[in-house]
Amino acid sequence: MPKRIRILIAKPGLDGHDRGAKYVARALKDAGYEVIYTGIRQSPQAIAKTAVQEDVDFVGLSLLSGAHNELFPEVVRLIRENGGENIIVFGGGVIPDEDIPFLKEQGVEVVFTPGAPMQDIIAFIEANKERTAH
Amino acid sequence: MELAEKVLAGEMRAVARAISYIENDHTQKEELIDTLYPHCGKAAVWGLTGPPGSGKSSLLDHIIDRERKRGSTVAVIAVDPSSPFSGGAILGDRLRMQKHATDSGVFIRSMASRGHLGGVAGATADVIKVLDAAGFDLIIIETIGVGQTEIDVVEMADVVLLLLVPGLGDEIQALKAGVMEIGDIFIINKSDRDDADKVRAEVEYVLGLKYTDDDDERNPVFMTSAKLNEGIDEMLAGVHAYFDKISNNGWLEQKRKKRIASEIKTILAAKIKNEVERYLREDNLLEHWVEQIYKGKRSPYAMINEKLQSFAWEYHSK
Repeated sequence: MPKRIRILIAKPGLDGHDRGAKYVARALKDAGYEVIYTGIRQSPQAIAKTAVQEDVDFVGLSLLSGAHNELFPEVVRLIRENGGENIIVFGGGVIPDEDIPFLKEQGVEVVFTPGAPMQDIIAFIEANKERTAH
Repeated sequence: MELAEKVLAGEMRAVARAISYIENDHTQKEELIDTLYPHCGKAAVWGLTGPPGSGKSSLLDHIIDRERKRGSTVAVIAVDPSSPFSGGAILGDRLRMQKHATDSGVFIRSMASRGHLGGVAGATADVIKVLDAAGFDLIIIETIGVGQTEIDVVEMADVVLLLLVPGLGDEIQALKAGVMEIGDIFIINKSDRDDADKVRAEVEYVLGLKYTDDDDERNPVFMTSAKLNEGIDEMLAGVHAYFDKISNNGWLEQKRKKRIASEIKTILAAKIKNEVERYLREDNLLEHWVEQIYKGKRSPYAMINEKLQSFAWEYHSK
């Protein structure tokens, strides 16, 4: 059985808008990835532990509440703390352009804002999947 | 083996990685399992199966609550189907159990069926061994939503909990072969619905048709509502009583021996299949045979019987 790429799609914090996350989850399934979806209002701790237990290659965080500058870096920190040193974290949602350099500095490798084509997300995963190889 | 040692020490990251080794058929998989195997056999293994939407994950959320309060550590293997079209999957079972995500006594792993048709993933049997060796007291396998014939879980679990819900048809459905035959404990979930009592009566009626004078062989039936958190304690008391019973009357030993027998057959068949495929690839053997049969020089059974003998000889002399 060849290795399949596993991706956790998670929504941290107090934000119930999950249509985007579900859309991305479904599109990634259709692209042949195994997608773990944990639903809304997840704590950074729960997301980090889930990422490690599920041994995912990528974590995609979706947030539309404006708290991304606090929550995204916290998720990255906790994933690393729990032993997920190679897990690649990306983000999406309503995120102002001026916040993106800070998020990248904090370990969120790429941020997809509204209107980003699905092909870009898949291209990002395909370009980086070898890095998580084990 | 370093990974195996970390699994035995109960390190979560290592347990997670070991499961991936098994899922991906890693080159070190066999060594890993053989190293862990002497430490297996301590965990109780429950299978939870039932139709799609019958409330398996929601009920499991409550079961984890109760078992944690009893002091048990719990590992869950939640299987969802892979797409036959893309090979991808949405693994959404753990969504209903996420409140246990930060409990270090709970480990939840989602698995995609990856083309395996029996209601679990092909790798599930070996994943159970990893979790068992890691020291979890209770391992629960949640199958994909089953129809009538996805019964592989019966070969992996000590006890099978079969979930049924109102609205699936009359007692003739419950009488049929397949999934209805594998339940040790029958659970009518969604007991808050009007027609749940009727389902219970039908299930009990069908179970009563079983040809036996031995009361031990009668399957217990319980009513639960995962939504209202009702009936769960009674049901779990029944599961524990059943487990105690089969531990004492020899059934558990029988079941576990049957499981080993079926694993031996599965591993052996897979290894032979690999050898056959390797053999057929050598010198384009398969194409050569096809030509002979296509041109009418040979007939298939006579030729294959003859080749099989030379294959066995070659294999034997290696």
